[in-house]
Amino acid sequence: MTSLVVAEHDNAGIKPSTLNTITAAVQCGGEVHVLIAGHNAAAAAAAAAAVAGVAKVIHADSAAFANGLAENVTAQVVSMASAYSHILFPATAVGKNIAPRVAAKLDVAQISDITKVESPDTFERPIYAGNAIATVQSGDAIKVITVRTTGFDAAASLGGSAAVETPVAQSASADVSFLRSEIARNDRPELTAAKIIVSGGRALGSNEKFMEIMTPLADKLGAAMGASRAAVDAGYAPNDWQVGQTGKIVAPQLYIACGISGAIQHLAGMKDSKVIVAINKDAEAPIFSVADYGLEADLFAAVPELVAAL
Amino acid sequence: MKVLVPVKRVVDYNVKVRVKSDGSGVDIANVKMSMNPFDEIAIEEAVRLKEKGVATEVIAVSCGVSQCTETLRTAMAIGADRAILVESAEELQPLAVAKILKALMDKEQPGLVILGKQAIDDDCNQTGQMLAALCDRPQATFASKVEVADGQATVTREVDGGSETLTLSLPAIITTDLRLNEPRYVTLPNIMKAKKKQLDTYSPADLGVDVTPRIKTLKVVEPAARSAGIKVADVATLVEKLRNDAKVI
Repeated sequence: MTSLVVAEHDNAGIKPSTLNTITAAVQCGGEVHVLIAGHNAAAAAAAAAAVAGVAKVIHADSAAFANGLAENVTAQVVSMASAYSHILFPATAVGKNIAPRVAAKLDVAQISDITKVESPDTFERPIYAGNAIATVQSGDAIKVITVRTTGFDAAASLGGSAAVETPVAQSASADVSFLRSEIARNDRPELTAAKIIVSGGRALGSNEKFMEIMTPLADKLGAAMGASRAAVDAGYAPNDWQVGQTGKIVAPQLYIACGISGAIQHLAGMKDSKVIVAINKDAEAPIFSVADYGLEADLFAAVPELVAAL
Repeated sequence: MKVLVPVKRVVDYNVKVRVKSDGSGVDIANVKMSMNPFDEIAIEEAVRLKEKGVATEVIAVSCGVSQCTETLRTAMAIGADRAILVESAEELQPLAVAKILKALMDKEQPGLVILGKQAIDDDCNQTGQMLAALCDRPQATFASKVEVADGQATVTREVDGGSETLTLSLPAIITTDLRLNEPRYVTLPNIMKAKKKQLDTYSPADLGVDVTPRIKTLKVVEPAARSAGIKVADVATLVEKLRNDAKVI
């Protein structure tokens, strides 16, 4: 029994989500191998080889993998799949894009967003926005899995010394090409790996107000910035800030929700945070039912006051 | 160019489901059902492509129990031209649905299939990618902008940190994200019109698809509840609690 973790990386290094996925792979039992499918990604392969618990790194290098296109990465994973009992991806935008494609090519089911490994074929996963936890068993020979990163601790990024293999890379699909990317420069911690998150809701009223009120708080705390679906929907915050069932699932040490009412779909994304603070002027807002500390106040006064008090 | 749009009937997003006491699943008897929100965005996008003269026909598909006809009528009220129900009382898992859709793609030969990125009941986020794999066609998931011209789709996708744009040769599979469009309100005249539109029904067996579930649900339980917190009177108390009790700042 051997597991393959398909790493999320940026060629220069591996993303924190890969470390949580490695922990889940270790819990499946057997050896853990990590695939780095990238272009000029030797540094990422070296980083993966240093992770505790990793027995082997497979570094497939090709221009076809430069932008992580699902078609090309899938071809690489499928070409290696028969050697593995489990193939795991982080349940992130990158992993979710590729994992089902791999599963269908192998004619196996894919198990989404696992939060616990009960046994090599049995897993826990949340359904209905986390309002129910299902224990599911896969009968397929190869288990293709996406891992909810908040469900597993990060593997130690140092302490391992895995061998790095370089297989022949699969060729690129002719049916898809990468045109461009528009990535906003961001010096803040990554949302899913941040220790503190400050998050804003529709009550902020506009993109200008959102940034004006929330940015100083994030700066003061060295926090990542998040938003409710309503705020994203209204255009107050970028889509990749969305915390919730259909956005990012986060579990920081401290989550400060400002002007967020606490719809089911938002709570699904943050209720595993260690400490939750809610600032809302509506005493009946459902967010207070999950908050450790609730402050019933107008956020336009309370947030600047909080910034000053920190 | 035909556009195929699969739509799923799910528990309405406002309903907080309850876990059955015997742990066999969640209780969805007598709760409000609706079209999966991301699928509504998918139908809207397909109808807009038709209004722009890019698509010639929009075909809505649903897989599941007979009540899915209601979801299909809603899709036709938004503007789909006709609908297909693949009726099955069995639990249909994403791989089975993808195989059904593959069979319908072979039959209908659409240039595009637009799906919601994720259904809000099982939260799987798989079917579009699986369909693309089974047909060996390119995919663009989490779309925020779609343009179709000259046998190609140019799709902007939501990714961490921003967006990226891909060019796909048709036929292609697209899954929708939140910001792709804002679905229109369904009007009464269009609801009436939708009742007269064509709706064909097949069984998975008619399409030669084996839908036997691959994943067995052993049990379903309630998540651990958070213990209730406290209300604080002012910002100063909040800061004091965070520093000294919670010790998180």
